[in-house]
Amino acid sequence: MTTHQTIQQIHDELELFDDVMDKYEYIIELGGQLQSLDNAYKTHLYKVQGCQSQIWLHPYEKEGKLYFEADGDALIAKGLVDILIRIYSGHTAQEILGTDSAELKALNLSEIISSGRQNGIASMLKRIYGFAKGVQDAR
Amino acid sequence: MNKADFPFFQDQDIIYLDNAATTQKPQVVLDAMNEYYTQYCSNTHRGSHDLGNKATQEYEDTRKCVAEFIGAQPHELIFTKGTTESINLLASSYVKDNFNTVILSELEHHSNILPWQLHELYLEVIPVDKDLNIDLDGFEKLVRKHPNSFVALTHISNAFGIVNPVKEIISLSHKYGCKVLIDGAQALAHVPIDVKELNADFYAVSAHKAYGPTGIGALYGKYELLEKMSPYQGGGSMIDDVSFEYSTFLDPPFRFEAGTQAIAEAIGFKAALLYLKGLTSLKEHNRTLLTYAKKRLLERNDVELYTQAKNVCGNISFNIKDIHHDDIGILLSKQNIMLRTGHHCALPIMKKLAIDGTVRLSFAHYNSLDEIDKTMTALDKAVGMLR
Repeated sequence: MTTHQTIQQIHDELELFDDVMDKYEYIIELGGQLQSLDNAYKTHLYKVQGCQSQIWLHPYEKEGKLYFEADGDALIAKGLVDILIRIYSGHTAQEILGTDSAELKALNLSEIISSGRQNGIASMLKRIYGFAKGVQDAR
Repeated sequence: MNKADFPFFQDQDIIYLDNAATTQKPQVVLDAMNEYYTQYCSNTHRGSHDLGNKATQEYEDTRKCVAEFIGAQPHELIFTKGTTESINLLASSYVKDNFNTVILSELEHHSNILPWQLHELYLEVIPVDKDLNIDLDGFEKLVRKHPNSFVALTHISNAFGIVNPVKEIISLSHKYGCKVLIDGAQALAHVPIDVKELNADFYAVSAHKAYGPTGIGALYGKYELLEKMSPYQGGGSMIDDVSFEYSTFLDPPFRFEAGTQAIAEAIGFKAALLYLKGLTSLKEHNRTLLTYAKKRLLERNDVELYTQAKNVCGNISFNIKDIHHDDIGILLSKQNIMLRTGHHCALPIMKKLAIDGTVRLSFAHYNSLDEIDKTMTALDKAVGMLR
């Protein structure tokens, strides 16, 4: 599935919820299921800036594709991180860079859209794109 | 209390409990600013046309009004962007050249820590006890050890609502030759301020936390101290004479007001203070809200409060055991309850308490007991979802 298709699929899933609280209950559920990250990666180096809660992101490349794993200390942030991993993990750098992050606005999740300097999710997106750019430039 | 005064509440069903960050603005403030922009918009302290004179008059009337509100004289009052700029101005124009050590408390907001650090001043920290009260004996030991220092202290803690014993601190400070700045950002809307009665050397306030516009605040200083201070910024309206060889500056407060000021905001500031003056039972209402919120929180068996101090005002900070404050903040926001979560720009005290942050309810006169009840119901729902 392409990144665009995954965004569309998540959009359709979230659309099913009429009540915003139900939607967040689902995100909390996703957060609870997020696979925990090896403690070796819960360091300053992997920490994503954003003061509301802590998020650590470990990006790596395997056989030409980029993968992301992450952890956090707040459930909703973890749920949002899970959504981003589902969209971006397992794609080539070119595919990631070819995905306009503005497409995420369709998900209608204010925590992802907001570009506030204290938004860890926005910073995480920056890291994902930054990693993809680094991998592509190294080629 | 009168929510009808605030257009913000007219068409939206929002419970706003983030007043320590900024308050909503009453119609009279918006009207005053609108009147300036639509009827006599012009620059102050320049030229002599009628509109400029009117703008200057209104701007200087604000200076009188703010001064009177805090027990000062107009010429002792410098307009700034707000408390943060007031402290930066003081650090740059006075403290860095006259002091080696700044004494502050563990409760300070970053804006009363960083300006001193930027000028590489040595910091000494007044300890607080388990209820976050300042230890006056500990303070006296510090000033005895570091006489002739500069003391910079918040009047009311933005993160925990503690009202500091500023009068005692000022008196002790003077005994040991220190000068004192009180950061009044959280105090202006909540407690009567009389800088002469306190004998404060400097006092800093922001309009926007007291129903006024953002971008305007003030620094009070004893005039004999202001006279010793060097300019903070150079620009229009602060000079006596300028040549390429040598320039001279106006007397305080104008020496410190370079360039075009936030004129509309200053005029709005006056309207906000007049509005604030007209509010009755402010102190009682605030106490009622705070006491009730604390009682309701304590009915839960999973709440962590960080102080049992009696001298609190304006805000209450808490955590729910094993739940991240950010999750609570997001879920309350989805239920139209706006409050602040996080470290509240007071990282040192968070580190001392070994927490990343708190959930903070901060009150204004338009908040009600019913809103606190609704917040507690919303909190129940949020916690239910997160457990």
